[in-house]
Amino acid sequence: MTNIGLILRRELGSYFFSPLAYVFIVIFASITGAFAFYLGDFFGLGQANLQSFFTYHPWLYLLLAPAIAMRLWAEERKSGTIELLMTLPISTTQAVVGKYLAAWLFCGVALLATTPIWITVNVLGSPDNGVIFASYVASFLMVGAFLAIGSAISALTSNQVIAFVVSAATCFMLTLSSLDIVLDLFRAWAPDLLVDTIASISFLNHYLGITRGVIAFSDVVFFASVISLWLFINVIVVDLKKAG
Amino acid sequence: MTEMLALSGLTKHFGPIVAVDDISMTIGRGEVLGFLGPNGAGKSTTMKMVAGFLEPTAGTAEICGVDVVEQPMAAKRMIGYLPEGAPAYDDMSVSGFLEFVAGVRGVLASKRNNMIARAVEQTELGNVLGQRIETLSKGFKRRVGLAQAIVHDPDVLILDEPTDGLDPIQKHHVRSLIRAMASEKAIIISTHILEEIDAVCTRATLIAAGKLLLDTTPDDLAARASNHNTVVLTVDSAQSGSLTVALSAVPEIGNVEQIAQDASMVQLRITPKGGESVFTTVTNIVSDKGVKAREIYVERGTLDQAFRDLADSGKSLQAHTENPAESPVEIPAND
Repeated sequence: MTNIGLILRRELGSYFFSPLAYVFIVIFASITGAFAFYLGDFFGLGQANLQSFFTYHPWLYLLLAPAIAMRLWAEERKSGTIELLMTLPISTTQAVVGKYLAAWLFCGVALLATTPIWITVNVLGSPDNGVIFASYVASFLMVGAFLAIGSAISALTSNQVIAFVVSAATCFMLTLSSLDIVLDLFRAWAPDLLVDTIASISFLNHYLGITRGVIAFSDVVFFASVISLWLFINVIVVDLKKAG
Repeated sequence: MTEMLALSGLTKHFGPIVAVDDISMTIGRGEVLGFLGPNGAGKSTTMKMVAGFLEPTAGTAEICGVDVVEQPMAAKRMIGYLPEGAPAYDDMSVSGFLEFVAGVRGVLASKRNNMIARAVEQTELGNVLGQRIETLSKGFKRRVGLAQAIVHDPDVLILDEPTDGLDPIQKHHVRSLIRAMASEKAIIISTHILEEIDAVCTRATLIAAGKLLLDTTPDDLAARASNHNTVVLTVDSAQSGSLTVALSAVPEIGNVEQIAQDASMVQLRITPKGGESVFTTVTNIVSDKGVKAREIYVERGTLDQAFRDLADSGKSLQAHTENPAESPVEIPAND
């Protein structure tokens, strides 16, 4: 646990020592706000809720989460610090979890930076704060899943651009796996059971489920499983690369 | 001497390439072992396996009896490792980086400040503690790498090219530091600077094409050089002809060659047939002939020459022993 904490602190520190953290947080808060007001027509709807705000989070995460995750392992590999890290007395799992939690916490901070819109909507009307809270939880879980995918893919390469593009594509597929754009790839040849399974792992469906205001156990388990699975892959990839 | 590091049949394949081929050796407390070898010989790969970064294809590495693969955490705690190129987290400050490493290495919080202060003092980093590592010069970065390797006062130190990129004064300083720590630890350094072997090592090993070719003392390595015990003699050019003939007739002398010449002077290099000095024989002949020598001295074999000779004869050398004094490896004579 101490080791995870030390890694987490070092990683978080490196976000905030560089301009990356501030650029990211400011852009994230502005874009989520802008999407809500312009694309989501926040005022035009005349409703005291944040649905127009949360609708756009998954799409923004598709771009921003891989950008955060791409450096987690690719940069270590590129700069050679991975050799330092892996010869310190810490296990691969500790390193993977510590790094991942730092990225997730960091995105949590960025999400917190958007809370003024929550206050605004309370000033303007009387929204269902339970639904808004659930939506924040959904958003946090969603970005957590994206980061776990991005982290595992980042461990495969020392090239951050490749890590970014592959992660973004993977996240895109998994997010939209209930839509025809993805399912048509499989319908032609795969059995119905497989197609249904693919449709059921759609991140978007689970995300929308929670944003309706019900933090269902199954949805939380879904995201927890996705995160665990990808971190497990992450550990295996780091160990395999080490052995080779 | 306590055995602190034991490599046994250590082997690493990268696909079809054999990077390290069946290396076995033991290193005790107080020993500084130098890994010599051309680039790509397998020095770094061997060190990476000992440090626990690469998994060996076969064989084992034990740190104070603890197998690096089976108990990586326990083994890594006893090692200080400076990877090739001294990588460090560029975005951290020197002090932040050392605190992080000391923390992960399990240095107790109560001792941490003292241990860091000692490492900082030994590597002379006091003036740059607050600076971000990316702003430091190459020499400072190398010293930060050294500081993180010694911050927890490990029993075993593995330093991959510790003085690369340092200026001559810093090099001297780092070598003194290694010598000062040597009595307490077992140290492996890799280098292709031969003077370093002379300056800090108690043992010199030569690795080429992944094989351990030689494991001996620095002095013995120098003695293997083809230029060991050669006599250099400067005489008047008028007398050089007859002297050369006389010298060549001596059975112990293998070769007499002219290495420099100007209007009045000739410089000769006299190479003995065996490794024994022929200095007295040469001076006797010189005085018998009434030759006026301007200059006469014996050359000690240089490590550079020994290294070149060994690298040339490379693959014909297979033998290596724990105790080189008892059964020295035969080096083909230079003729």
